[in-house]
Amino acid sequence: MTFGVRCAAVTFAGVPALSGVSMAVEPGTVVAVVGGDGAGKTTLLRSLVGQVRLDSGVVTAPQPSDIGYLPATEGSWGALTVRQNMDFAGGVFGLDGTDLHRRRDLLLARAGLAEVPNRPASQLSGGMRRKLAFSMAVLHQPRLLVLDEPSTGVDPVSRVDLWRMVSEAAAAGTAVALATTYLDEAERASRLLVLDRGHVLAAGSLAEVLGSVPGTVTRTAAPHRTAWAWRRGQDHHEFWPGGHALPGGAVPVPPDLQDAVTVLSLLARAGSAGAA
Amino acid sequence: MSNTSALLAGDRVTRRFGSFVAVDGVSLAVEPGEVVGLLGANGAGKTTLLRLLLGLLAASAGTVWLLGGPPDRQRRTRLGYVPQGLGLYGDLTVRENLRFSARAYGATVPDLPDALADSADLLVRELPHGLARQLSFVAAMAHRPEALVLDEPTSGVDVVAAAAVWETVRTQADGGAGVLVTTHTMAEAAQCDRLLLMSRGRVVAQGSEADIVGDTRAYAVRTDDWAAAFAVLDAAGEPVMLAGRDVRVADSDPRALHRVLADAGLRAEVVAVPATIEERMKVLTLAEPDRPTA
Repeated sequence: MTFGVRCAAVTFAGVPALSGVSMAVEPGTVVAVVGGDGAGKTTLLRSLVGQVRLDSGVVTAPQPSDIGYLPATEGSWGALTVRQNMDFAGGVFGLDGTDLHRRRDLLLARAGLAEVPNRPASQLSGGMRRKLAFSMAVLHQPRLLVLDEPSTGVDPVSRVDLWRMVSEAAAAGTAVALATTYLDEAERASRLLVLDRGHVLAAGSLAEVLGSVPGTVTRTAAPHRTAWAWRRGQDHHEFWPGGHALPGGAVPVPPDLQDAVTVLSLLARAGSAGAA
Repeated sequence: MSNTSALLAGDRVTRRFGSFVAVDGVSLAVEPGEVVGLLGANGAGKTTLLRLLLGLLAASAGTVWLLGGPPDRQRRTRLGYVPQGLGLYGDLTVRENLRFSARAYGATVPDLPDALADSADLLVRELPHGLARQLSFVAAMAHRPEALVLDEPTSGVDVVAAAAVWETVRTQADGGAGVLVTTHTMAEAAQCDRLLLMSRGRVVAQGSEADIVGDTRAYAVRTDDWAAAFAVLDAAGEPVMLAGRDVRVADSDPRALHRVLADAGLRAEVVAVPATIEERMKVLTLAEPDRPTA
């Protein structure tokens, strides 16, 4: 079945954290929730795993024993060794004996942690520690896997490993929802949900999100309207709403995800799609 | 190289910790007006190299220049540094942090940008991450530094705030500053004029993204049953990843991929595509013997 939330709204101390957010996570797919700090990513994922009560909206999730959740912080115990962390997580979900050991050793091998079973988690590198936490979250083969920024601050090589592990879970039929601030990483997901300040800016496949840019992106050395331009290396990219005549010398470029999210954020903050 | 115009430079710089060589004969130069990106996995030696360039650590061999001379206290005051942890004081307000850093550098207290104007009297520990990052930039730029060292400058901030950060960085570079950016993200790498890739203490590739990737190829496997294709390739030990509904394999032998897929009775198209920088780094890591992280 499809998991997710519909029309989620929640307010913390008078400040809306989510406003009318919907997300569907199908088995065997990865949904990437994208946005900067304060976008509402963590609140959305925590509502999905039952740690945040919505003011309104509907959550569809399996029972807690079928959910795997990797919080944005830690996710493992520093004083416990790699193996002890896995055994502890297994115990929480009622796994023991041969089943636990077989699954544990398989996951540690895939995470590249098989060589260091007796190392305390506090002495692992950031990337290794995140891979351990991921392994703990999938140990009980959950139907729904919820990962809050599994790769933030993780080095690129460990990130490749983490993404392979996420792919393995999805390929085995798990429904995966993950938050990320890395747009290049989000491009690998089956579906994207782009959040900004608690609102959905765009949702769908990568092609659908790119196609939702209501106008043209151009490359230019000197932007005409700085409020609608952003840096890309030595050049700027600039947004022109649909129907607007392009100035001479403006070179249209196919928008990538960074362009699309930037345009949609600027439009949302300007208050209306016609404000440009 | 002592008459170099470079703002930050190293010539065959090596740093050992006991028998462990953290930085191994690295040469680099950051010229005025350029933004140079430094990439590497954990333990590649990036942090040690930065500490050597800043004079916070002595080289075991080789030479380091900061602003034309040895990296001493006096030259460090002409440098701006934004660490990943931002280097702010949580128990001081926004305004107090700026006063403190301006005093430390002997600079005039800078004006707050619009985004921070309403937060002047907030404690920094109560500030949202994106605003704290902007504050760290304002603090680091107040003394008009000639060189900038930035550690993952847009980590965790939204795209609009990230664009503002890059606008600031580029304005500094256009004014003649040299900028060294350590980064984990490919979006940041794309903002740089030039990249250096470190692995195991050495610079193993440099230049544009295309130069870094070199002849490393990846293969996209297109099939109706991606989950099955993924499973058999994974079981065959291929470095496999998902990209949308494509299965992606870095640096493999396409004939081996075809064989694995055919043996499993899967019909699939295998298309060569350029590798990403991350895949290049993964390949480098697989190719070399393991060593402990620094």
